Amino acid sequence: MKEKKTALKAAFPHTIPVLTGFVFLGAAYGILMNSKGYGIGWTILFSLTAFAGSAQYLAITFLTSVFNPIYALLMTLMINARHIFYGISLLNRYKDTGRLKPYLIFGLCDETFSIVCSTKPLEDVNENWFYFFITLLDHGYWVLGSAIGSMLGSIVLFNTKGLDFVLTALFVVIFVGQWKTRKDHKPAVIGVLCSVICLVIFGQGNFIIPSMIAILAALTLFRKTGKDQIKPCSGKESLQ
Amino acid sequence: MTLTPVQTLIIVLVVSIGTVVTRFLPFLVFKKANSNSSYIGYLSRVLPYSAIGLLVVYCLKDISFKSMAHWLPEIISIALIIVLHYWKENTLLSIGAGTVLYMVLVQFVFA
Repeated sequence: MKEKKTALKAAFPHTIPVLTGFVFLGAAYGILMNSKGYGIGWTILFSLTAFAGSAQYLAITFLTSVFNPIYALLMTLMINARHIFYGISLLNRYKDTGRLKPYLIFGLCDETFSIVCSTKPLEDVNENWFYFFITLLDHGYWVLGSAIGSMLGSIVLFNTKGLDFVLTALFVVIFVGQWKTRKDHKPAVIGVLCSVICLVIFGQGNFIIPSMIAILAALTLFRKTGKDQIKPCSGKESLQ
Repeated sequence: MTLTPVQTLIIVLVVSIGTVVTRFLPFLVFKKANSNSSYIGYLSRVLPYSAIGLLVVYCLKDISFKSMAHWLPEIISIALIIVLHYWKENTLLSIGAGTVLYMVLVQFVFA
């Protein structure tokens, strides 16, 4: 029990930016679902079971047009294909997580991945419970946010335009943190360059899968066979 | 609601299953990969860096260079975040300041 409490306490500060972003983005999602006639029950169910912001936003178009589950499945696989990279990145980190593993993988959204891959808890904190609480808190924020949005309708207390930038800011901060702790910048540069080039060529709607293929090709090309002396993600506590 | 409740439930299921597949796939496929010497081991060490790069670009995919209001707020705010984070290395300060600056820019300066 005490072990879990320590892990929760260690995990919470890392999730504060996600709390801000998810309550806002989740609320916007709930409002949108509401405006299409889908009440709080549907919204909570969807946020609980899918827990994937971009796919859920996209799914509103599936819910408001002709019933086509095959198309919905294919579009979901395409927009969420980036999760495959997260899984490969965390193969080692999640290797010994035991009975927590299925939930850790189930809840591996962009934000949870970015925190887990860039943060290691201090020594007295149980690593598995630390990852579990980051995942659970983020999941909870998303469900909470969408429920709030669904209840509030479109009453907004202050001008929130631009607040969703908090998640972009989170990713930029993690990018900078990784940049500082690693001498070899090739993987980071490859990630940005390949994505930008594919965005320009294929456009906003279709660039994720081409980017992933380009990144894999470039990383393979630059692999120094035999001696890749590369440490896994920064093991440093990034939040002080 | 355009769809019937049963149809809606099927869409919710299909989107959830599609998401679960993309999240579980690597763990199922590479269960036995030797993480230190294999190609997958190499990828699992370098991909976190590339994946965050992809994620940053993904967040910025909607910027356009047709008018200053559609790219300058992003660039200015990101520049502030980079400088702040290099200097202070305080996650919440960098994220908070960057987001507030962005909100001020899109609500008042480039409104």
